[in-house]
Amino acid sequence: MSSGWSDPRPLSPFTSVWRWHVTMLTSILHRAAGVALFAGVFVLVAWLAAAAEGQQTYEKLMHIMASWPGRLVLFGFTLALCFHLLNGVRYLLWDSGHGFEKGMANRTAWIAILLSLVLTIAIWVTAYWGLDLLPNQLQGAG
Amino acid sequence: MRVEPTARKRVTGLGSAHHGVGHYIKQRVTAIALLVLIPLFLFQFLSSFTSGYNGVMAWLGSPFGAAITFLTVSAMVVHMRLGLQTVIEDYLDGPGRVVALLLSSFFALVLWLIAVYALIKISFGG
Repeated sequence: MSSGWSDPRPLSPFTSVWRWHVTMLTSILHRAAGVALFAGVFVLVAWLAAAAEGQQTYEKLMHIMASWPGRLVLFGFTLALCFHLLNGVRYLLWDSGHGFEKGMANRTAWIAILLSLVLTIAIWVTAYWGLDLLPNQLQGAG
Repeated sequence: MRVEPTARKRVTGLGSAHHGVGHYIKQRVTAIALLVLIPLFLFQFLSSFTSGYNGVMAWLGSPFGAAITFLTVSAMVVHMRLGLQTVIEDYLDGPGRVVALLLSSFFALVLWLIAVYALIKISFGG
């Protein structure tokens, strides 16, 4: 990028040239979700370290994560994880030589997007109403 | 469309870094491992999380809970370092690329060490 390309021959076209299509979107989202999940592992390890540190530190962290910005971040990480996982299955199938036809690739792209949304909502519904997750944690922190 | 496979011997040991297909294979092996580990981890995590600090400590301190968490974090750390390496190599150049690669490897290793230390401490009740 910063190497000062001086060759006048045309470069391969990028996002500003191509018409947007769904496999392009999943490719970009896969990368974005992957980078986001690198940050997500910081939160996971912070959770482990806080548990090892003791109850007071653990509940302090729970209090932060149960706040609205905390919940929003956790929801984002859940969505990123679900999408990256499901879309990753598509790439593993492609690696094995299957599902690379245009129609199939487009269909599985939509499936990955929609299923990751459904899965994320299912996890949060379970956490909130099925398991009474965050209210319990709030009581513990209060 | 039939995709013709390339014989492994034609690519092994090639490339300017002479690392051949090691990056590719490690990325996929950890991907498949995480495909099994993450659902297991998430299910157990959500079950223990509901009973607060004591529930979490009991789960992380049990051999199975510690093993699942250790394996999940280990596979994650290898997978995310390889993944971010690809992103960095695509978008950065020169000294910025070197610094970003070093930082990415550094944080991956440090996060793994903290996780291992925390799990050992919880398991042995130190």
